[in-house]
Amino acid sequence: MAGAGGGNDIQWCFSQVKGAIDDDVAEADIISTVEFNHSGELLATGDKGGRVVIFQQEQENKIQSHSRGEYNVYSTFQSHEPEFDYLKSLEIEEKINKIRWLPQKNAAQFLLSTNDKTIKLWKISERDKRPEGYNLKEEDGRYRDPTTVTTLRVPVFRPMDLMVEASPRRIFANAHTYHINSISINSDYETYLSADDLRINLWHLEITDRSFNIVDIKPANMEELTEVITAAEFHPNSCNTFVYSSSKGTIRLCDMRASALCDRHSKLFEEPEDPSNRSFFSEIISSISDVKFSHSGRYMMTRDYLSVKIWDLNMENRPVETYQVHEYLRSKLCSLYENDCIFDKFECCWNGSDSVVMTGSYNNFFRMFDRNTKRDITLEASRENNKPRTVLKPRKVCASGKRKKDEISVDSLDFNKKILHTAWHPKENIIAVATTNNLYIFQDKVN
Amino acid sequence: MMLSKGLKRKREDELEKETLAVDAWWLGPRPPAVAQAPPAVASSSLFDLSVLKLHHSLRQSEPDLRHLVLVVNTLRRIQASMAPEAPLSPVPSPPPAPGAAADSLLASSDAALSASMASLLEDLSHIEGLSQAPQPLVDEGPPGRPTSGAPPSLGALDLLGPATGCLLDDELEGLFEDIDTSMYDSELWAPASEGVKPGPEAGPGKEETLELDEAELDYLLDVLVGTQALERPPGPGR
Repeated sequence: MAGAGGGNDIQWCFSQVKGAIDDDVAEADIISTVEFNHSGELLATGDKGGRVVIFQQEQENKIQSHSRGEYNVYSTFQSHEPEFDYLKSLEIEEKINKIRWLPQKNAAQFLLSTNDKTIKLWKISERDKRPEGYNLKEEDGRYRDPTTVTTLRVPVFRPMDLMVEASPRRIFANAHTYHINSISINSDYETYLSADDLRINLWHLEITDRSFNIVDIKPANMEELTEVITAAEFHPNSCNTFVYSSSKGTIRLCDMRASALCDRHSKLFEEPEDPSNRSFFSEIISSISDVKFSHSGRYMMTRDYLSVKIWDLNMENRPVETYQVHEYLRSKLCSLYENDCIFDKFECCWNGSDSVVMTGSYNNFFRMFDRNTKRDITLEASRENNKPRTVLKPRKVCASGKRKKDEISVDSLDFNKKILHTAWHPKENIIAVATTNNLYIFQDKVN
Repeated sequence: MMLSKGLKRKREDELEKETLAVDAWWLGPRPPAVAQAPPAVASSSLFDLSVLKLHHSLRQSEPDLRHLVLVVNTLRRIQASMAPEAPLSPVPSPPPAPGAAADSLLASSDAALSASMASLLEDLSHIEGLSQAPQPLVDEGPPGRPTSGAPPSLGALDLLGPATGCLLDDELEGLFEDIDTSMYDSELWAPASEGVKPGPEAGPGKEETLELDEAELDYLLDVLVGTQALERPPGPGR
């Protein structure tokens, strides 16, 4: 597959890398979420230290049209601070679990960011003018004696250096006992859901002092707990429909019109277990770490430990497509259980046309699957491929037997280098891939 | 090290750990908690590993519920495979009494989970000694399982059928199993035993329970000292 990419013979090239170069990773810099906005012009990342960094794509340089605009830092702000729950004597982590953008309605941009317990609505606005000409203050800033002011001077707006301000507009707190794993904005753009391990709540973006509980799987007797919610998302077009996935590998589709509490699903998606693959770890590897609707709304994709599955919403008993991400790990599950890697939660994403899906793996590898050609590719996010417009070389893992040249053996994989978070530009072939503390941006080769 | 205090390790496990440590390098710098199990895994070492993970998970100030649930479910599978013939009689559990209204956030419900997990661990600690044996000997009658006082409330998380007849490493242990230790079931008071006995966790972590006990001790001492002081006329420089 020399040079051929994961879709329509795309050739992926390195574009940029953000973050510290040294291998000594500060805990706070670990990237925990990546998300493009609806136009793709903005790219947000959240980290373990509670910060949000937004990159903006510069307008295409008409003269040098060999590459699309670069992403440069647009705004950085502290979204969440560590908190202390005095009732339970617990520290609440400031790590940003998810960021979701609202569609742009006016000059400002809005996004939701969440840690384990609290969701915040942030407004990011630009200021490039300031009023000048007040005659109410002395040079040193003190207010003048009003009796000395004899003229009325109306200030005039003058241009200034662009300033991007982020301000918290709403804080949605105290609605989650357990750790929030997902937020999803409804297609009505007025409401959104937040999901923790056992409950899903529905919020109105304007109202912070209450939310509606729409799913509750907490058993009356906590000792009977055997399953938790792992992810949830609203349907992209149908404002009454959402799905949530579980640690047992099931996905439930719910219709909010059916009842106020959506404990009874409308559809249950589950693939029967393959008896030949049964092991003690079957349940753990079936646990779904991410669920994403296609842009069309006709399909949804789920990520479990070893595979990516595409489901047709009209067929509940099995996925329509299954892609193996790193099947060579199946024989290593015991070791991966021991070092807890088996619990890693990988995300997945669609490209803009729903023809290619992408997800991360270990050793800083990430994988793309073309749904039409059925071809797949493995690429690596590494500083070694650092020159802009260098085409990335496909990588291959040798599961067993004789290792060919350029292949890497399973035992040589670095399991501390995991790509959990990836994002695809909604319109173009630009992808953002997060390693532990670096953000890589790749683009397809533009001639 | 993820080994909990007081956990007995068989000498064979130690040797296994040393020989397999070299093979584990490809997993990166994370230290293995226990011996690397070879691919065709022996259930008992996997059981031990899972129990350790459960301990570790519960020791977090706020356990990751998903991790906890997955480990517990895996433990159940392993235990079921280790003792397929022993009937798993579900122990009737007294209904948890969170007390607070259903909507009150839920330190109490978490407490119920913690309490049940803690009692679960308590009982697991009794059979941890049992699980060290390589083969369960089915003919052996179950050694005295502690039934003093209320049976541990397990409900569906029941991981302990009647003991499968594994040999006790230390027969003396069996003598103590009938003693009702619920009165002084915290690490501060537990007799030096092989198993891990976390105290009943009603809310805050164990460390805090320990501190409370020490605080209570301090208070008692203060009261005692104060009483003595009252009996003695206050001297200069007191």
